[in-house]
Amino acid sequence: MSAISEEGVPTRRLIYRHRLVVRITHWINVLCITVLLMSGMQIFNAHPALYLGQRSHFDSPVLAMGQAPESDEKPVGVTTILGHGFTTTGVLGVSRENGELVERGFPSWATLPSYQDLATGRRWHFFFAWLFVANGLVYLAYSLTSGHLRELVPSRDQLRHIGGSIWEHMRLHFPKGDEARHYNVLQKLAYFGIVIIVLPLLVLAGLTMSPGIDAAFPWLVDLFGGRQTARTIHFICATLVVLFILVHLVMVLVSGVFNNLRSMITGNYAIEPKEKPDAR
Amino acid sequence: MRDKQGFDRRGFLKRVFVLGGTLLLAGCDQLSSSDWFRRMLFRAETLTRTTQRAILGPNDMAREYTEADISPDFKPNGSIDPQDEDYLALSADSFKNWKLKVGGLVERPMEWSLADLRALPSRTQITRHDCVEGWSCIGKWKGVPLKTLLDQVGLKPEARYIVFYCADTLDQTLAGGAKYYESLGLPDAEHAQTILAYEMNGQTLPVAHGAPLRLRVERQLGYKMAKYVMRIEAVADYADIDGGKGGFWEDRGYEWYAGI
Repeated sequence: MSAISEEGVPTRRLIYRHRLVVRITHWINVLCITVLLMSGMQIFNAHPALYLGQRSHFDSPVLAMGQAPESDEKPVGVTTILGHGFTTTGVLGVSRENGELVERGFPSWATLPSYQDLATGRRWHFFFAWLFVANGLVYLAYSLTSGHLRELVPSRDQLRHIGGSIWEHMRLHFPKGDEARHYNVLQKLAYFGIVIIVLPLLVLAGLTMSPGIDAAFPWLVDLFGGRQTARTIHFICATLVVLFILVHLVMVLVSGVFNNLRSMITGNYAIEPKEKPDAR
Repeated sequence: MRDKQGFDRRGFLKRVFVLGGTLLLAGCDQLSSSDWFRRMLFRAETLTRTTQRAILGPNDMAREYTEADISPDFKPNGSIDPQDEDYLALSADSFKNWKLKVGGLVERPMEWSLADLRALPSRTQITRHDCVEGWSCIGKWKGVPLKTLLDQVGLKPEARYIVFYCADTLDQTLAGGAKYYESLGLPDAEHAQTILAYEMNGQTLPVAHGAPLRLRVERQLGYKMAKYVMRIEAVADYADIDGGKGGFWEDRGYEWYAGI
């Protein structure tokens, strides 16, 4: 059902798209996740290597960043993934801090604080982790009671037509008219995957790194197959969040940045009328 | 992308982005060192401690592993070879003249030699050591439960914390060296797995791991587990000890409650 102007031509109209709780929790989330990612990289830099299992197998990390041996004259940064080394000078392993190349996992511009300070990184991380969890619980409680969560579950019909939706997205053709009133199948999968699967897994894996929590809930260690595996999964989930954010930002930019921003600030979203086939 | 006026839009946007990012980072660094903001961030520790204490029963145990899980390359950290004169003198004759002094707010201050400690009932545990840096190693520890010693000296009712004074001066390039020390609240001090270890992996505790005696606190992070322990004191408050935060690393910004 499109709005019809007096002349009988479908027109652009505003709908109320995002409810207040969703808008507020979204922006608190932006703050929390930014701080958590950056302070997380600070914490990672204290020992820039990941392992599998209960303990650290120092000679066989699944991921490691550092300075190549005997490269003191001209430092070379190396990132090793599953035994394969890549030169990553300037970004990972070795990067500039106050103009000088130094050994550090993630570069200064990506960490919080920008200088090496594990203690302060941890303070940022845990403060905003609490805020993130509280905010997430408000969002989940609201979503469960208001039916918002159901809007994130793709219907069987949508899943059947996922190929077409991918094709439309690749051509940067986005739903118009009534279709734009609801999340499309790719949005649903992305939001459901991040909100219901990745973020809770990220929090659980983070908690499993706590020796106190492990004593209270030993099953958590088994769930992840060891504290070091949990640390690796925490890192992988954080990487997925970064990928999600990149795609999310690109989609916001290409599908009408002003309209999208307005809808997440005021709630109002403009829907373009569906073009009639004979209008071309 | 230049338009007619020769205006480099892409270059401009890039500069705005870089400038904005730099300002944001500088702002975060400023916040990181400002008093009011640190006080706010540090409040999260109270929430964490209260929550963990509520979840964690007094008898909840840290996982114990098997011999097969033991790390062949347990990483020593912090001080690994103290050069303090009194410590070198003690280690020169295998700690025969070393004595652990336990005092403070106790009914009967006492001293134990290594032989005395070895004669007391012991506990052996294979546990995971989680460093605040993120790595873990598994080791086998044998020692005296701290509670055994506390029971013998008898804590006075006003005693709330147990402080551990160590022999090593940990070099800190920025803050200058200071003697290591740590403190525990009574729930962790009296926990069954909290032991003063004199053996590691079936051998006499090596110097790198804290000879002659180190603390094991299995439900917290590695920096709580003081090495080279010389003296133990029961206190009502640790505010007037050294930096006042209850430990060497705590005085340098780390959490006193290291359960996460």
